[in-house]
Amino acid sequence: MSNTLSFVRTEMLPQKTPPASSVGLQGWLRENLFSSVGNSILTLLTLGFLALILSNILPWVLFGIWDAGSLTECRAMFAERYADGREYACWAVVTDRWDQLIFGYSFGNLHEGLYWRPIVGLALILLALSPILYPNLPRGLYIATAASIFLYPWLIWGGSIWGPLTLALCIIAAVFAYRAVAKEVSSLIAIPASLLVLGVLVFFAMSPVSSGLNAVAPIELQPVPSREISGFVLSITIGIVAIVASLPIAVFLALGRQSNLFIVNKLSTGFIEIIRGVPLITLIFVATILLKYFLPSSVNLDPVVAVMVLVTLFTAAYIAEVIRGGLAALPKGQYEAADALGLTYWQAQRQIILPQALKISIPGIVSNFISVFKDTTLVSIVALNDPLGISNAIRSNSDWNGIVWELYGFIAIVFWIFCFSMSRYSMSLERKLQTGHR
Amino acid sequence: MSDVAVERQIDRSKMQVSKEVAIEIVNMNKWYGQFHVLRDINLTVHKGERIVIAGPSGSGKSTMIRCINRLEEHQQGSIIVDGTELTSDLKNIDKIRSEVGMCFQHFNLFPHLTILENCTLAPIWVRKVPKKEAEETAMHFLEKVKIPDQANKFPGQLSGGQQQRVAIARSLCMKPRIMLFDEPTSALDPEMIKEVLDTMIELAEEGMTMLCVTHEMGFARQVANRVIFMDQGQIVEQNEPEEFFNNPKSERTKLFLSQILGH
Repeated sequence: MSNTLSFVRTEMLPQKTPPASSVGLQGWLRENLFSSVGNSILTLLTLGFLALILSNILPWVLFGIWDAGSLTECRAMFAERYADGREYACWAVVTDRWDQLIFGYSFGNLHEGLYWRPIVGLALILLALSPILYPNLPRGLYIATAASIFLYPWLIWGGSIWGPLTLALCIIAAVFAYRAVAKEVSSLIAIPASLLVLGVLVFFAMSPVSSGLNAVAPIELQPVPSREISGFVLSITIGIVAIVASLPIAVFLALGRQSNLFIVNKLSTGFIEIIRGVPLITLIFVATILLKYFLPSSVNLDPVVAVMVLVTLFTAAYIAEVIRGGLAALPKGQYEAADALGLTYWQAQRQIILPQALKISIPGIVSNFISVFKDTTLVSIVALNDPLGISNAIRSNSDWNGIVWELYGFIAIVFWIFCFSMSRYSMSLERKLQTGHR
Repeated sequence: MSDVAVERQIDRSKMQVSKEVAIEIVNMNKWYGQFHVLRDINLTVHKGERIVIAGPSGSGKSTMIRCINRLEEHQQGSIIVDGTELTSDLKNIDKIRSEVGMCFQHFNLFPHLTILENCTLAPIWVRKVPKKEAEETAMHFLEKVKIPDQANKFPGQLSGGQQQRVAIARSLCMKPRIMLFDEPTSALDPEMIKEVLDTMIELAEEGMTMLCVTHEMGFARQVANRVIFMDQGQIVEQNEPEEFFNNPKSERTKLFLSQILGH
């Protein structure tokens, strides 16, 4: 064939199966672990190294002791049980104090029998997030989403239920005001008008109405002061608020930074650059400690709320930049096609641009979520007791003085479970949104 | 270039040019910074006209048709589309854009939406058509461009020619009075150019007002009633296709034609 110039294929070749050494387990091992002499040596060395490490760590973890009253008791039991002079894990500290680490002082020993509140709260949050995370679930679950915004703070902070409920009513009133003004006058005036209605209601009507309602039908939970909210309840509360609230703010910041409107553009850019340019610890420190000196003494700045607001804004500034990257990655043609079809700016953003830009940004956004959730441990700088703060308190108790790895290991595992779930969810979301382009 | 459109008998019965003016461009000028891209453009397009705009790259032909639906802003002169003048008034712009369909060189389908959703999006959000009705219209036009069976696929799963036909169907779903084509076949394999041109010919046969920036001279000969040649941001020559190709007047046109028809 190669020595003649003309060639005609008379029949097409059938498909053949690939050689056995390139498929199945054998193929996988060959391709991934033993593809060459050098790689085979590396594989064996790595396996040996892993075996060495695990043979040291696994006995420590697995032969640890789960029921003891103090570290001294643990040590006595090691000596009695194994008599080899080695140390093993004293997991008893976790069985003894896990409730403090999870629920903090507020719902732990300080106020007996209040565990149900954070548990119900967390269940409510999961229910509230489910329709957002899985759009296939019934839309009715959004009622739980709306309810949890008002019920979760009530469950955690306690007090009268009428406070959050009246606030909900004020917001509903403001929404109605917006609709009415938008219909009668214009949607541009409706936004400030509804905000005005909300402000007036919150400042003047809310507290008399809620205390009046509470006098008629007192439904109260034992109040828990902010400073006593601690442990993973504190981390999760701050983390979830920051995650949920920062995303919409970030979207607007990113759009603002891309905007052609000069003032909007400069304000968004300025906000992002200032917040990003300052360490989170500094912001938290300023908000909870320094601001007190500048504000009148009558203003009672709740440290947890201040931290929530700051962490939210901080995360929003970072995520805004991630989303801006996603926006910049979209071909210009997408904007042009949306324009050419006559879609308005907001319609184009909502239907065409943001779904694609956010999809591109998912890994970056989730990685920011994960990092902000772990950054909630920074609140220990302003004397709030996150799990690390509590672990310090536990270690300063004479019973558990000298324990390190077990406590930090437990805290790390709990954090890891949350962060790993977020990571898996983001991967499954990316797969689901894959539509075969590019 | 390819004369693929020649193989087909073209029904000219409905290709009537009416007296009614569809687009009027008067003394339009446009600059990119200091660079004068469009110079004193004057063009009147009547309803039912099929105009092919040709010219070397960088001659401003794409920019000119992109001014018609305000994807590009002109700085001087006036553009009146269907009786509405294009100013910076957003309401006018959105109105004109919903009357003027556009197809792009790179199709610009929305990759995160199915073919059907691509076609129903603008009718539902801009025209406020009920979803069911929008889907029926979309299926009608998808049948017309001969890909109703792909309705539930995503753009990334279709060939280039199919994507461009979807883009045409997407524009038609808005029931436009005017269609703009910006090099619709330039990004396609030769085998796929024909299917897109056939769709465009059918559209012409139904009396659609069309402005096409294209290098398909076969299409120009067969379908256009006027060919415009642009160079350096100006309209250099315009004529009926027969005269334009057989008897070009300006030296620049002769050179251009000899280059693109010469092989």
